[in-house]
This record gives sequence, structure tokens and C-alpha cells, in this order.
Amino acid sequence: MYRPRVIPCLLLRGHGLVKTRKFKDAVYVGDPVNAVRIFSEKEADELVILDIDASKEGREPHYELIEEIAGECLMPIGYGGGITSLAQVKRLIRSGVEKVVVNSTAALGSMQVIGDAAAAFGSQAVVGAIDVRRTMLKGYRIMAKSATVETSLKLEEHCRALVAAGAGEIFLNDVDADGTMAGFDLKLIRRIADSVDVPVVACGGAGTVDHLSQAIREGGASAVAAGSMFVFHGKHRAVLINYNPDELSGI
Amino acid sequence: MIAIVDYDIGNLAAVSNMLRRIGFDSVITADPETIAAADKLILPGNGHFDTCMRNIRATGLVPLIERRVFEEGTPLLGICVGAQMLGTSSEEGSEPGLGWFDMKVRRFPKREGLRVPHMGWNQVTRPQPGHPLVRGLGEDARFYFVHSYYLDPAASVTTLLGCEYGLPFAAAVGKGNIAGVQFHPEKSHRFGKQFLLNFAEGAL
Repeated sequence: MYRPRVIPCLLLRGHGLVKTRKFKDAVYVGDPVNAVRIFSEKEADELVILDIDASKEGREPHYELIEEIAGECLMPIGYGGGITSLAQVKRLIRSGVEKVVVNSTAALGSMQVIGDAAAAFGSQAVVGAIDVRRTMLKGYRIMAKSATVETSLKLEEHCRALVAAGAGEIFLNDVDADGTMAGFDLKLIRRIADSVDVPVVACGGAGTVDHLSQAIREGGASAVAAGSMFVFHGKHRAVLINYNPDELSGI
Repeated sequence: MIAIVDYDIGNLAAVSNMLRRIGFDSVITADPETIAAADKLILPGNGHFDTCMRNIRATGLVPLIERRVFEEGTPLLGICVGAQMLGTSSEEGSEPGLGWFDMKVRRFPKREGLRVPHMGWNQVTRPQPGHPLVRGLGEDARFYFVHSYYLDPAASVTTLLGCEYGLPFAAAVGKGNIAGVQFHPEKSHRFGKQFLLNFAEGAL
């Protein structure tokens, strides 16, 4: 039986792991290599690791750290953050990641990177990411630069453009729901899922197994990603890496 | 020593990483002498079928690998597109495959509610439970798949593991000392470990 993927989404700041709320208020949650080792031991379906400062700082990904992380991963792993050229994609793939996650608004020419990467490694290796916010007057907006700048990109149109450029998957980050653990925005997921025929990974808002299930069944996501749910425990958000494949297999 | 054939198609480190974890040395190589001396061969494959076929031919290694496999009986495992390449052709492209198996590679049909690629974990069936390559894999065995095209072997090729995504397809195929898997054992936790252990320990 085919099972929808449940993907811990981990955020890198410097060489540490953090978790944000609404893309802000980053809290340190531990050592990334150690965390990834635990997720691997717990047989997580897949991992996504995003360097949340690489673009902002205009620097290269931390290749050595990524290589160390990938070496612990007995499941697929995608990396995102600061990717602007095919040379970087090649180096990342050589470092041991299966997929690169490219936020298409992060830099000029990123559509080009998506196309180049897909031509070199296949579209299954390229994930097109979007950060989305709700606004009072204009509805959903695609955000740029770690969700600090609003763009005029149209939601569905942009997702289709990502797929046309070569993205084999869409990673939807809901900025307003990030870290809230209050559930997914199912309408948003549905709009993206209906606009493309490649898998859509929904991220932002997961707090319970039911939430994950809703994103799949009602939202139409092919896979779900979550941060807080897999790194925090209890109402005081104590750090505890957790992932239970048996509990998640029924979604 | 296991040689992982390097022909410029992406992430091969994961395969050697998994082999190291189960206690087997491997080398990622395009060196003819190393390939000539290897106990076993792994043929990986990622991306477009035609690109993989053109790249492997461009290395000039195909006649050597064919000698190793057909004349010397060296076990070979194809992974993902590496498994598809064992067949005669793929609907993904126009390049002929290696043609070692009477097998075609077909695209998943467009169907409501069925997204292509088939990406993620899927359980497998074991039509040949006694085959040494599937030893130790229970009914809960599942593997990580990423593919838009599937293996469609003729009767002369044995389906070692089956799977279903919209339609039933072969997840692992074998004939003599050659086998191919559509999934990624190097990224499939303990199930992948077990499968690669079976191959590395000499099941073929």
C-alpha cells in the first residue's frame, strides 16, 4: 500500500537547528546531525532541511555540514537555502542530498536554476518552494526574502510556472501557520494541489496526526511536512525529537 | 569489493554509505581496472533514461561490464533508472536500453487522483518468497520509490518483488546473476539494508 510521506522539516541557523513561529522568533532546538540521526533511527519517511539564513546572508550552503547530515540519513533528504546556481546544485547532490529545494523568489534567475538542475539530475531532484501569506485585502500572497517582501506573483500561475521550469514537486510553506501547530490552511493547499499535477508537500500548521490527515484527504496534498510537531513535546514546547511511523502510517 | 559504476548521474554516495553500514566496502568508480577486479557491480541511475544511456555508453565501459556479467558471471544490481536500463527501451526516450532483459519501461498512465511521479514509500509483495535476494523481507517490507516509468518485464524475467501504484508493476526483477530494483534500497531504512545485504552477501 502506498503511504503519503510525512516529512520532518528542519531549519538551520548557522550550524544549529532552530524552530520558528511565523518565520520569526527562532528557538534553538539542538544539533542538526544528532537530530537527523534520531529521525533516521525512528525511520522517518523523508527529511527536508532548510538553511533560513543562507539567502539573506548571500552565502553558500554549509556543504560540509550537509554532507555530514546526509551521511546519517537512511531515507531521502532535500536541502534548501541559498541556491542560485547549477554549480551549487551539483555540489549539494555530491554532498549526498537527493533533492534541492529552490525558493523561486529568492533570487533573480532562480527559474533558470530549476531548469538547469532538472536537466542535469531529473525533475524528481528539484523541489520548487513557495512561501505564502494571507493579507486582509489581497488574499494569498507569495512572499520573497524569508517572507519579508510581498510579491505580485499569482498563486496558481506561479506554481504552474515552477513545474513548467522543471520542478518535480511543490513545497508549500504557509508563513502564517508556521509554528502555530493549529492546523493547516486546507483551502490554500487545495488551490495549489488543483493547479499542478506533480506532488504537493504542505508545510505549516501541523500539530496533530489529524491535521496531517486533513492536509492529505481534504487539502489534496501528496505529502505533509512539519517542524514543531516533531521537535517539541507538550504545551510548554519542551524539545523532544519524536516521530512514530506506526502512528503516522494511517493518515 | 563492490564497484558502483560512476557515469556522472548524481548522488552515488548514498549507496556506498548504506553498504558501509552493513559492513561492505565499495568504491564509486569509472576505472576499467577497478571494475574488472570487482566482486560485484552496482549500476545506479537517476534522471532521464536517454541521458543515463548516453552517459554510460560514453564511458566506453559497457563492453567491459557485459564481459564481467555474461562471461564471468559477476553479480550486478541496477538501481532505479539503472534497473530500467537493463531492458530494451523506455517510453521516456528514444535511446535503446542495454537490452540484457526482455523488458520494456512504460509510463504510468494518466489517471484521476494518481500523481506522477510515484514518489514515496510503498509496500511490496513477494511473488518469489524463496529467492535469496528477498530473504528476510517480511510482509511489512516497504521501499522508497521515485519514478514516472515502471518496469514491464517479459515472462523470461522473474519478478522478485511486486508493487502497485494505479496498476501492478515489478519493483524488483532478476535473471541469473543480474537484478534490478525500481526503488532506492540505499534510502529505504532497514528494508533497504536487508536487500543490499542479500545482494552483498552473495545471493546472486
